[in-house]
Amino acid sequence: MTVRDPSLPDPFAGLSGRVIDAHRPWPRAEVQADAWTDAASRLQRGILTLIGLWGEPRTVHMALADAHEPSRIQVLSLDCPNGSYPSVGQAHPPAVRLERALGDLFPLVPIGLPDTRPWLDHGKWGAPGPFGSSRQEAASRGDYEFMPVAGENIHQLPVGPVHAGVIEPGHFRISADGDTIVRLEERLGYTHKGVESLMQGADLIRAAQLACRASGDSTVAYGLAFARAVESALGWEPPPRAVWLRALMAELERLANHLGDVGAICNDGGFAIMHAHCSVLREQVLRATLASFGHRLMMDRVVPGGVVADLDAAGSERIGALVSDIRHRFGRLVELYDNTASLQDRTVGTGVLQPAYAAQFGAGGYIGRASNRRCDARRWPGYAPYGALDFEIPVLDKGDVNARLWIRIREVEQSLRLVEQILAGLPAGVIQTARPCPKGQAAPEGMAIVEGFRGDILAWIRISAAGRVERCHLRDPSWFQWPLLEAAIENNIVADFPICNKSFNCAYSGHDL
Amino acid sequence: MRKTLFESLTLRPYTEKPATLADPQIERMAAELSAKTRSRLGRSLSLRLVDAGSCNACELELNALSNPYYDLERFGLRFVASPRHADVLLVTGPVTKNMREALLRTFEAMPAPKWVVAVGDCATCGGPYADSYACERGVQAVLPVDLRISGCPPSPGQLLAGLLALFG
Repeated sequence: MTVRDPSLPDPFAGLSGRVIDAHRPWPRAEVQADAWTDAASRLQRGILTLIGLWGEPRTVHMALADAHEPSRIQVLSLDCPNGSYPSVGQAHPPAVRLERALGDLFPLVPIGLPDTRPWLDHGKWGAPGPFGSSRQEAASRGDYEFMPVAGENIHQLPVGPVHAGVIEPGHFRISADGDTIVRLEERLGYTHKGVESLMQGADLIRAAQLACRASGDSTVAYGLAFARAVESALGWEPPPRAVWLRALMAELERLANHLGDVGAICNDGGFAIMHAHCSVLREQVLRATLASFGHRLMMDRVVPGGVVADLDAAGSERIGALVSDIRHRFGRLVELYDNTASLQDRTVGTGVLQPAYAAQFGAGGYIGRASNRRCDARRWPGYAPYGALDFEIPVLDKGDVNARLWIRIREVEQSLRLVEQILAGLPAGVIQTARPCPKGQAAPEGMAIVEGFRGDILAWIRISAAGRVERCHLRDPSWFQWPLLEAAIENNIVADFPICNKSFNCAYSGHDL
Repeated sequence: MRKTLFESLTLRPYTEKPATLADPQIERMAAELSAKTRSRLGRSLSLRLVDAGSCNACELELNALSNPYYDLERFGLRFVASPRHADVLLVTGPVTKNMREALLRTFEAMPAPKWVVAVGDCATCGGPYADSYACERGVQAVLPVDLRISGCPPSPGQLLAGLLALFG
């Protein structure tokens, strides 16, 4: 997968246009409509993977990766003087929701999109809409229509947006035949806060704060993605110590989230003891991060140019002790999971996501890796300091709740290894560098892909000559994971919906922004 | 399984004493709750959370209240699934316009007497989203707020101190 077969044709061949010099580190080209639709058909054929699709008032952009060599990335941009563009979603379903959302925020109509219902816009925003969008009226006329379900004895269960537990809001429309789910349809957008609109014109400090709050559980990963995009745009080099500290924080975040998830999935299987023990381990990680970096979730610790919290010797020792303690105690819990057949009865064979779907949607994180997709942004495309660190990327092929749980378990182990390596190799020096002087280039653009605990986060930014955000787009991994939950849940029983949903643990806030 | 259970018998509990109330704002808000309110609240409260557009950091810390360190239920506080069972509505997030109706409906579904607690900076004042086209400016724009617990996010200790202030 990583080494390109020379006999294969280059999937990017012919997708050329005017190359934008200001865009880094991957090329961006302004293309004509024919290249745009050509790219859509290559997505459909699976030789390219869609990794992002976003808009501006007059332009649509799509980020593509080579399906066989995911480090090769290119952005295509299409100018839309008439306010419309050829839909990618009509050929490639993973783009459908992105295009629906784009239409809610921008005055751009995807021609040929099979599903024209609004997505983020629930008809509540009032005028004026964001970025001059024109969908307000359409959204506010009439209720949202769910997909029809026909057949005898089908009943519907509307769930949410207010759920029974302490979780985020979203609506699930479950159609069931007796206990068996025949269709799940999600409706999201409840937590849409207008983040990308607030970013427009903001200075980099405020924009970084907004990015760190895209999804609270991934605050380090989002902060890192935003910072790396800004640094790419401006040719800004963070000092080596900051690069390593960022990785340390990112691995601690991954650790805390995976520990929480492993416990919570088992809890949804009715096995509370795992939940109690895992929540103790999670709490210990958060206490160590509070003591070492000054914030339990490490919010606002990663900024463009470096980090704002240094690690002293006591902190290093504290985290080192934490790692060996967790390794010992988590190992015991893994054994407990492995030996509890009644719990595995709930997880094995439940909520199976077919590898073909994971590949088609380019699903990242534990969802993709549990369905045989070899992906991890830390390696493909890769970023510092991971090239200097030794870690494995676990991949399984069953695609059920059990596989997603085991991927998390293996990733906890890998993160523990990574934390130890980072502590051992942490370079000395400063933790921030000053912003470089502008090189006279108008509106530099940067892009970054970072592996959060859920999967690959994409950040794209254009910075104005005044040093403010002209346009920033953040794409959560959940955009390519939420739709797959609908597929994975089919033919499972209603009572297994919570455990399947938890095993996906997709983001609401990061998705809705 | 057996090993883990036996070990639990010999280990001391993780549960800690709650931090003492240090936030003057929480103290002031607590003082504003009338004596009548206090007598009605008694020593047991059912909490219902509505995430009205938070980034989920507040939910992470609210969930942490149930871990063995904080063990919320020992204070007579518990999260309930239905608003019909709730005395207190906890609200996180700046109240997005898309969540406004669901929040109001949840509040209406709660039996009186009932109280509203705004949790986190977004809920108390709109936070960084105060000027957004998609958000109200915090819970007070939609519902009467009885207690505010600030923080981004408030730590479990702050949350616990704030909730215990309801008891006086």
